Amino acid sequence: MLIDFQNVSKCFPHSTGRQLLRTHIARWFGRVHTEAFYALRNVSFRLEDGESLAIVGANGAGKSTLLSLAAGLTLPDEGTVQVNGRIAALLELGSGFHRDLTGAENLVLNAALLGLSKRRTKELFDSIVEFSGIGDFIDDPLRTYSSGMIMRLAFSIAIQCQPDILLLDEVLAVGDASFQEKSREALVALRRTGKSMLFVSHSPAAVREMCDRAIWMDHGAVMLDGSVSDVLDAYQGRSVMQQGQ
Amino acid sequence: MWHGDYLFLIRNLVEKDFKVRYRNMSLGVLWSLLNPLIMMGVLTFIFTKIFAQPNDKNFPLYVLCGLVPLNFFTLAWATGTTSMLENAPLIKRVPVPRYVFPISSVLSNCLHLLIQILLLLGIVLVFGRAVTIHWLWLPLIWGLEILFVMGLVLAFSAVNVYVRDTRYVVESTNTVLFWLVPIFYSFTLIPARFRGIYEINPVAALVLMMRNVLLDGHAPLGSTFTKLAVVSVVMFGAGLFIFTKLKDGFYARL
Repeated sequence: MLIDFQNVSKCFPHSTGRQLLRTHIARWFGRVHTEAFYALRNVSFRLEDGESLAIVGANGAGKSTLLSLAAGLTLPDEGTVQVNGRIAALLELGSGFHRDLTGAENLVLNAALLGLSKRRTKELFDSIVEFSGIGDFIDDPLRTYSSGMIMRLAFSIAIQCQPDILLLDEVLAVGDASFQEKSREALVALRRTGKSMLFVSHSPAAVREMCDRAIWMDHGAVMLDGSVSDVLDAYQGRSVMQQGQ
Repeated sequence: MWHGDYLFLIRNLVEKDFKVRYRNMSLGVLWSLLNPLIMMGVLTFIFTKIFAQPNDKNFPLYVLCGLVPLNFFTLAWATGTTSMLENAPLIKRVPVPRYVFPISSVLSNCLHLLIQILLLLGIVLVFGRAVTIHWLWLPLIWGLEILFVMGLVLAFSAVNVYVRDTRYVVESTNTVLFWLVPIFYSFTLIPARFRGIYEINPVAALVLMMRNVLLDGHAPLGSTFTKLAVVSVVMFGAGLFIFTKLKDGFYARL
């Protein structure tokens, strides 16, 4: 078992926006009432070895919070999260990039952030550049790249560093049609080698192709955990019903 | 959660800071040398021509012994304090240990420090001082100072996530420090009852010891050195403690 969520709840204070001295003082005098809102409520699920699990749900259902907990970015308020194995989180691609550094420099920095050693980075360098299709532009500063090129580079680094568990947040929509096809194939290949995935996507087709199981989430709670077709049917049925109202 | 190569990561973050800072400057690292030299010139002019002081032949050297430590301290403290906020996108998306950001921020300032120390040692030689055995104290003194700054930056970068006004406190303190650290006046001018405070202030202690070694050519006072060592180790421990206490709240507040 790779990921185990048991009765996990996560709440965020409603007014976290401004961390100013004024706010803190007002709070001491009890003049600001911080309401908490639950991003996740009593969520339990498991990801087994070699399994690929999709998370579907409307915006604000708690999908991204769930991924951040699995990635170890934040801790649950209640319940336990257990993770065994090396995780690569493809959450917001390219968050570690700096526009004044070249593609190659960003590549190495990003690999280090993902936890690769110096030797491993050197070994993988060429295959990452090749997969990204960036070519000679790799030595140009990132600010000269198109947004598609940046995404392609970020995706290539994450996919080539071969983690045990891959967390994907709507990343199949990266690059042009041919790169999307290439990344899809790379993910399918990864799956075939027995890697596990936690896959957030709004595309039913991608979910059907990539995943064995799915969880439908709504307002922070698990609505249904089951086979991909059951969950997608239930989720889409609900969406259609809401649109009909 | 994150099983990576810490050294490789920190080296890359330090390199990033360094490259980003200098890539868009035509003179590159020279800017790092220009600033203290200009300050040295201006202060020398003011305190030898306007507020003339006796014994002003070594004044440029004297001032530079104060400016280099102060520059390092203020810059490292200010940039370190905002290092968590600056890396917020990374902190929210990549599960790297949070310590690496303030630590690598201080380390990248150490690179500038190295350049400035080389400048200082060069000027020391220009002023006709010889290299002495006491120079061996320098790495030790600076090591303690860096330890102190790391502790300080760990604490302040964490608090700055919770209270964003912290950075303004730091910036104001830095302006005041120019006057409170003996840059352009001598330690002996300080009334005896305030000297204890000066010796605990690690920047002042550092300036004092730099002058002992580079200007006067003797070893720093044992008591000053001990105080610096104790203050640095305690600060580092306190910084680590505060950072550890606060780090779980970063995600929700960044």
